[in-house]
Parts: sequence; structure tokens; C-alpha cells
Amino acid sequence: MSEIALRIPAARRSPLRIVVWAAILAVILALLPLVMDSYRTLQLAYGLVFAVAGLGFNVLLGYTGLLSFGHAAYFGLGAYTVAFMVKYLHVQSMELFLLGTVVSSLVVTAIFGYVCVRYTRIFFSILTLALSQVLWSLAFKFFWVTGGTDGLRVPTPRLVGIATSESEDKIQFLSHNYYYYVLVIFLLAVAVVWLIVHSPFGKALQAIRDNETRARFVGIRIRSYRFMAFLLSGVFTAIAGALWVPLNGLVTPDAMVWTFSGEIVFMSVLGGFRNFTGPIVGAIVYNFLKDFAVGATVYWQTLMGVVLIALVIALPTGIVGTAKLVAATVRRRLRS
Amino acid sequence: MNYLETRKLTKYFGDTHAVDQVDFQIGEGEVVSLIGSNGAGKTSLVNLISGLYKPDSGQILLRGEDVTRQVVQDRIKAGIARSFQIVNLFDELTVVDNVALAVFAREGKTRWFFKLADQDHGVWDEAHELLKQFGLDAKAEQFAGGISQGERKLLDVAVACALKPRLLFLDEPTSGVSTREKAPIMDIISSIVRSLKITAVVIEHDMDIIFRYSDRIVVMHQGKILASGSPEEIRANESVKDAVFGPTHA
Amino acid sequence: MDILVIHLFNALLYASVLFLIAGGLSLIYGVMRIVNLAHGNLYALGAFITASVVGQWFAGSTSGWLFLLIPAGAVGAALLGALIEPTLLRRFYRRPEEYQLLVTFGILMVLEDLMRFIWGPYPISATSLFEKMGSLRVGDWIYPRYNLLVIAIGGLAGVFLWALIYRTKFGVLLRATSQDMRRASALGVNVNLVYVEAFTIGCFMAGLGGAIIVPGQSAVLGMGVDALVLAFIVVVVGGLGSLEGALFGALIVGVVREVAISTFPELELAVLYLIAAIVLLVRPAGLFGKTA
Repeated sequence: MSEIALRIPAARRSPLRIVVWAAILAVILALLPLVMDSYRTLQLAYGLVFAVAGLGFNVLLGYTGLLSFGHAAYFGLGAYTVAFMVKYLHVQSMELFLLGTVVSSLVVTAIFGYVCVRYTRIFFSILTLALSQVLWSLAFKFFWVTGGTDGLRVPTPRLVGIATSESEDKIQFLSHNYYYYVLVIFLLAVAVVWLIVHSPFGKALQAIRDNETRARFVGIRIRSYRFMAFLLSGVFTAIAGALWVPLNGLVTPDAMVWTFSGEIVFMSVLGGFRNFTGPIVGAIVYNFLKDFAVGATVYWQTLMGVVLIALVIALPTGIVGTAKLVAATVRRRLRS
Repeated sequence: MNYLETRKLTKYFGDTHAVDQVDFQIGEGEVVSLIGSNGAGKTSLVNLISGLYKPDSGQILLRGEDVTRQVVQDRIKAGIARSFQIVNLFDELTVVDNVALAVFAREGKTRWFFKLADQDHGVWDEAHELLKQFGLDAKAEQFAGGISQGERKLLDVAVACALKPRLLFLDEPTSGVSTREKAPIMDIISSIVRSLKITAVVIEHDMDIIFRYSDRIVVMHQGKILASGSPEEIRANESVKDAVFGPTHA
Repeated sequence: MDILVIHLFNALLYASVLFLIAGGLSLIYGVMRIVNLAHGNLYALGAFITASVVGQWFAGSTSGWLFLLIPAGAVGAALLGALIEPTLLRRFYRRPEEYQLLVTFGILMVLEDLMRFIWGPYPISATSLFEKMGSLRVGDWIYPRYNLLVIAIGGLAGVFLWALIYRTKFGVLLRATSQDMRRASALGVNVNLVYVEAFTIGCFMAGLGGAIIVPGQSAVLGMGVDALVLAFIVVVVGGLGSLEGALFGALIVGVVREVAISTFPELELAVLYLIAAIVLLVRPAGLFGKTA
């Protein structure tokens, strides 16, 4: 509890200041592809996609206090929804993909959420992990539907009705048109999630996180709020999966495996799960970090594992949390 | 008609009767102190009435209506609120957030997720007003986990009051607070409770506070109600003195 | 009729190994309230160690000695556990559970690579012992005798554990610490010692599971991760923190899995989770679980 006394609550910033900051960020992200090569732009695109997944995930962890170790299931669900729509419905429109993903993820998160929100803490985490493995095993075993370990290929989609012509370079398409599409969805997701967590509903979630008993005695029906948070969280992560699969070109059961869920958790913790921007920063940094590690050594898992352990021991508030603490300390020193 | 009435309310924990066939009544606007030695069943009774525990048998009637089967949230809607012996607050939210949340919840606004909470000035004004009455407005923007114990106790009561309850249970509102601070805290609570005409049940151990602030005192012992009456009556009651203070008392 | 006996043996075989893994997980949770996500990798480590000791280092020796070397994997896992607990895990017991899961997840990642580093990416086997023991006739079928040994070891382990927990002084200390750590400490129990001992035993069990299965199956990278998920089903069904729960959970999972594999193999995992979900809806803490 002594940590609390040291923390300085966020000043009630006017929405205007936040919009200005967000606009600056958006402009930077929009201009980056012009100065980076295609490979880096694609990396950033992946980072933005995982940032959307992290934003969704963190509604549940940072704001509602529930640690899901099964979010890869929704990510993979989004990816497979796109793949199925391509293979069985011959759809090519990205907008329809996103719509289909919202529908499929609502159904699955509703079912999983119904079971999981009856539990908290360790049991909740274990259940989410277990249920995600059900989906994984279905993707793995029903290979004649899902392609099994070979997976399903996903071609470049139509964005807003405009298709890539056959002769156009795929990398070019992905690192320009598709990048901007992802950026727009990312900014929309940031806006929507920001609104949700700063709404009275968001405050109620934080209350449930902080003190379930008190929240109950203020009249909040815990289970239904947790259920709503679960739905929102899963749907956003599924949208991220749908955005991811055209970048990757392929979806396999690996997109659903529980160790990937662990990576999603890692991203949020790396950035700092008690801050809104934490998962965003964490996802982008994690993506670059992992790419670097995989390229540097075949034992990249050790590197990431050590980073995670060190993070949890030394910097539990993550990058953003630690940065805020440092900034606050500096500000205090300057004032005195 | 009594505002609140329990009929043969019973709760066991294993073989022990925490609350044993208790018939408890309280009239509208009364401020009742609930006293007794540790383990007498006071907190259990409050937990039963507020809905934290389910009774093993018996009834709870609020203004004549049977609320025994209702969940906590419905009882809150019916006008019951409480503070806790070990303070229950939203530690990682600010002081004003804690109160505002109760207001949002009371007004049913916590279902909204496409509006900004900060923009609802009505709620924040009301929250700040209430904090001023409790003397906590200066600390409004601090985290609830970082203020002093006395302030936390007051905040716990403030959050309960923000629900505009008709029946308020206060579980040891001055426990863990230095003696010097106890009376000022009770002054604040008492004046707010009386001005808002809230019916209140206060669990307390400090005799001075009990005799000063209560309309009526109810004594519990080993799960049953031993006596009930005005402060003078209770002061004179020998069996009460034995039960609460032990046979050897001055 | 005979085929049913074969199925029963298979179910018991699976249950034996699962009991060892899940029992270790449950024991650790019961005493320290920590869920070790890396627990499956200790099972894998046990498998790899035994596979290399029995299948490679001493491959040519007389079979008597080889049998005695099987527990090498369990010992190795136990040693690693004794190393990890005081250094990495202990500081997290008072912290929120999220951090415990995260640090054990980090340990999982490191262990995966450790095994890859030591033993390379290819499976390792130690089938000589398996073959040495030959097979048993069951009606028209034959069944490997080694599998029956595994079942016997699983059963013995269960009895031994039960005796340890309920009939020894150490067991009393264990139960006291798991019920009320502060009070046990106030009564003079060296809680830290109990913690490391409990963790070591839990790791020993997981390692033993891997050690005994490896003559029948190869040690392969990723087996730990797969095993953990199954262990979770067992503890969800049986109840976290309960030895009887691990036993019954393992038996249920073993039987259900065997039935599923012979009828609808694709739904194997899904059916197991369905059972788990049903159990949870009826008895939220698991069949023998404690609700705390």
C-alpha cells in the first residue's frame, strides 16, 4: 500500500489535450512508412496489430483485474474466421472479414465468458487457458476443415472495395495500403477503448478490480460487468487477429496456442498494464524485441524468458509505469 | 410499522450460533447502537441484514417487505448501505472517484460505456459536496489507499452515504482511530445522519460514543439480544454489565 | 472383453503419469498457493534426463542397474526445483498472483530452451528397458509389461505421498503451513524450509512422471507444455490443493481420454474440457477442492 502514497494520480486532463497528443502520435505513425524501409514498416504494422490485441486484453487485466491466459484463442479465432470466409464463402472484402470476426468472437466469448466469470484469480486464469486449448485442439485435429498444422492461406484482401491487381507487388501493398488501413483501425480502437475505460462503466470495472465487496455494496452486479468486460476484451483481440492474418498470409493453430496467450500477457506487462498506453507501447516494443531476439539466437526463448523474469522482479510497472515514476520524481526534484 | 425487522434470524458457523433466533427491530429515523463483547454476533447480524451472509433460517423485513432472499445489490436498491469494520475502499481510485462511483451506481449510470465519466458534472459536484460535509474535500484527488486511517474510515461512511440510503449500518466507524480523532469523526457522521434523517445502526465498543450518540442501545451476547433500551436504562441494567464487562467490574 | 482390459490398462497408465504431475502441482499449490506454469517442463526435464542416462550414457549396461537409474530424472527435476524456489519464486508469495504466473511463465520459456540447448531439437528415447520387459498375453491381445510397472509405480507413489502427508511429522508441518502459514511460523516451524521441501517434492513427482514414461515414449521438446494443460484439467476436475482430487481427477481424465480416443479421437481434448466444465458448474472448487 505504501506504493500508492508515492504515486501521483493522473491530473484530470481535458479531453482536448489528449486529442492533441493522439493527433501528434497519429501523424508520426502516418509519416513513418515514408522514412522506413518496407521490412520495418511491416514490423510496425505487426506491432500495431498486437497493440490492438493488447488494448483488448488489458480491458480485462488492467481495468477489471482478471488475468486471462487464453486470449490467443480469440486472436486465432479472428484469424481463422477470415481464413474460413476466404475458403468457404469466397469473400475478399476486409470490412466483411471484420464484421464476420465480430460476430464469431461475440459468440465464442459469450460462451467462454459465461463459464469463466464465475471464477476469479488463479482459477479464472487456469480456466481461460484450458478453454483456449479446446479451440486449439479443434483447429489442430479437424485438419480437413482447418488445414491442421499446414494451416490455411489468406490472400491480400480488398480494402474498402479496392483490390490489389495481380501484378502489384504484395510487399508494397502490405507496407503501404494495408499499413494505413491497420493504422486507421488501430486509431479507432484506441479511441473506442479509451472512451470505454473512461466511462462510468470503466470506473465500475476498476472498482470491481480494487474491491469486489465494496463494489457489490455500491450496487454493482459483479458478474454481469465482468462478463461485459470479457466480451469487449475478446472481440478487440479477435479483430486484431483478423487484421494480422493478411499480413502473415497464413493461419495455423500456433495462433491459438496458450504460449502465445502468454506472449500477449508479456506484452501488456512489458508496457505496463496499469496504464492505458502500456499495452500499446509493450506490444510494439515486444514485437521489435522478439524479432531481434529470433534473429540473434536460436535460444531467443531464453532471452525473452529472462527479460520477463527481470521485468516482474525489478520493473513490475512496465515501461510506461516506470517512465511515469521517473518523470514524477524528476518533476518533484526540479520543484524543490 | 418498524422500518426494519428480523424474525428469528439465525446463522451458524459450524456448531456455533453466530446469530441465534434474533428478533431485532428498528424504527424510522432511529440511531441505534449495537454493542456486545467480541463474538457476540453484532457484525454477523449486520452481515445478514446487509446481505453479505445468507441466513440459515428466519426472516428480514424492510418496511414490511420480505427481503431475506434478495441479493446484496437489490438490498442496496431498497435503501440499505453500510460501512465496514476493516475499511473497504477502492484503493487505487482517488477519494472523489470512490464517492462519485457510488453516485454513478446509484443513478444507474454505470452501464454507460460511451460517455466520459469526467464530463458528468452533476455527479462530480454531488461527490465534492458530500466530501466537503465529511471534511475530505481537500484530499479529493489523492488515492484512497494513501490517506490516513481516520480519513479512510470517514470515506468508507461517505461512500455509503453517497448511495442516499434510508438504512445505514456502520461497523465500528471509529475503530483503529486515535482517541483524539474519535469524537470529531462521530460528530461528522452523526450530524450528517441526523440531517438526512437516515435510520442508522452503529456497532461500537467505545462506551462514551455509544452513550452520547444513540437514541437506543441494543446489547447482544452469544448470538442473542440481551437487552434493548435507552442509554439510561442500559446503563442501569446489571445483566448487561455482566455480559459486556464481565462479572468483576467497578 | 479382453479389449476392455487393454483399454483399462491404457487409462490407468495415463492416469498414473497424470497423477504424478497433477499431484505435484496440487501439493505445491496447497502449501504455497502458487501455480507453477513451468511444472510441465519439470516433467519434460525428468523425461530427458532419464532418457539420456538410461538410453545413452549407460545404454549397454545390465538391465538391473538400468531400472535403478530410472528415477534419475526425478532427482534432477527435484534439484532444479530446490534451486528455483528460494531464488526466484519465494519473493512472489506475498505479491499478487498475476506476478507469480508471469514469473513461472518466464521460467517455462527458459527451461524449454535449456532442454533444447542440452539435448538438441530431436526426440530422445530409451526403449531398451521397455523391450526387455516383454509383453503379457491378455486374451487375443498382448500388452507391454513395462506399462504395468508404470501403473504400479504411480500407485505406490500415491500411497507413499499419502503416508508422507498424513502419517509423518513432516506431513504435519506441511499441513500446518498450508493451512495457516503465520501461525505455523509463530509456533516455530521453519516455514522457508517447508516451502523448499514441498516444492522439491512436487518437482520430484513431476520429474518421476517423465522419468517413468520415457522408456515407453520418446522425450520430445514441447511435451512439457502439452502435459501442463492436461494437468490443469486434472486439478480443475479434482480440485486444486487436494491429493485425493489429483488421484480421482487423473483417473477420470485417464478413462475419459481412453474412451474418447477409441471413439472420436478428434474430440479428445474437447471432451475432456467438457467434463471439466460440467464438474465446475456443479462443484466450483472441483470434486475435492478447497474453496479458499
